[in-house]
Amino acid sequence: MKSLILIIVGSALIHNVVLNQFLGICSFLGVSKQIKASASLGVAVIFVITIASAVASLLYDYVLKPLGMDFMKTIVFILVIAALVQIVEMFLKKTAPAIYTALGIYLPLITTNCAVLGVALTNVQNGYNFIECVFSGFGTAVGYTLAIVLLASIRTRIREEDLPEPLRGAPIVLIAAALMSIAFMGFSSLAF
Amino acid sequence: MNKYVERLYNGVIKENPTLILMLGMCPTLAVSTRALNGIGMGLSTTAVLILSNLVISLLRKAIPNEVRLPAYIVVVASLVTVTELLIEAYLPSLYTALGIYIPLIVVNCIILGRAEAYANKNPPLLSIMDGLGMGLGFTVALTLAGLVRELLGNGSAFGVKLLPDSIEPIGMFIQPPGAFLVIALFIVIMNAIGIKTRQKELVESCDGCCASCMTPCEKAETADKKEEVAAK
Repeated sequence: MKSLILIIVGSALIHNVVLNQFLGICSFLGVSKQIKASASLGVAVIFVITIASAVASLLYDYVLKPLGMDFMKTIVFILVIAALVQIVEMFLKKTAPAIYTALGIYLPLITTNCAVLGVALTNVQNGYNFIECVFSGFGTAVGYTLAIVLLASIRTRIREEDLPEPLRGAPIVLIAAALMSIAFMGFSSLAF
Repeated sequence: MNKYVERLYNGVIKENPTLILMLGMCPTLAVSTRALNGIGMGLSTTAVLILSNLVISLLRKAIPNEVRLPAYIVVVASLVTVTELLIEAYLPSLYTALGIYIPLIVVNCIILGRAEAYANKNPPLLSIMDGLGMGLGFTVALTLAGLVRELLGNGSAFGVKLLPDSIEPIGMFIQPPGAFLVIALFIVIMNAIGIKTRQKELVESCDGCCASCMTPCEKAETADKKEEVAAK
């Protein structure tokens, strides 16, 4: 149990997927204009990454490894993730229309989010078992959501500031991300 | 200008994928800790980009329009796997330095972006030159970022110590925050001297990434607007 908590804390805070591993930067910078949109994307990412790491782990342990086809993992994972997002989208549309309308538009965006593939590959590299993969996927996605909602909150404040011309737009957002990253470095002493 | 040379100029200078188009930010931020890592990552991506542009250009009449993105992904993923195995076999130190970011070349927006924007409409030779130009542009940008970070954070360039010991390097620059700061600095400098970049797309488009994301992006924006109207 303790190791599972460590995995969640580690993947959400210490090795934060955006601020420390630089995965999913595109959507982190692109969809953080409004808090609401970033929170919806965050929830969709939690949903997809948790399911994707579970499926990737099962596939790797029971199909790729017994067949000795480890080297195919990149191809298999990316295709499975793309298909999975489609299936999840259709499933939600049929069974839970309320969730679908909240998340639906963000689901297809996630296919190209490198965080999903990154988590699946890191899990395999770390040799996690099924349960550990699910927890690490969940923790990573929570870390992503935390980071993107925080950045969106900062950006709503930045918008009202009178900045020097060259700093407007991307640079100030990147500087805000850098400061967040410094703050998150503080978590690295959280090893217990 | 010769149209093949024009492709190179376009990729390295005019439409530099990282500095002007602001694509492929994940690897740019992640592996620019050392100038050498930047070159390694840049050249691996260049190799994949040239080959994927070639294959997709050759297959451009065979791939049906509806399934083109999955088809591109399969092509790119196979090429990346080959590259990964080659790097692991012949350049083990680079393999450890780049780690997870080698397989993640698959989701580098530059590759799918060039397939979608150029290779599927143009003949093989031009597509190769386009891949080479874009790849070299990416390599130049990565190496530049790596050079600045290595110099500030470690006092060295390409592994050679440059700054005297009396100057303490700022260690933060080779750690994650330094990546964001150096890229921000690059954009500030380009804004200040008046080079037009697509930095707005980086922070305001839905996913900044490839053409495939644009449709859901527009949908998301119209949905947001509808909600705003409804709230009023």
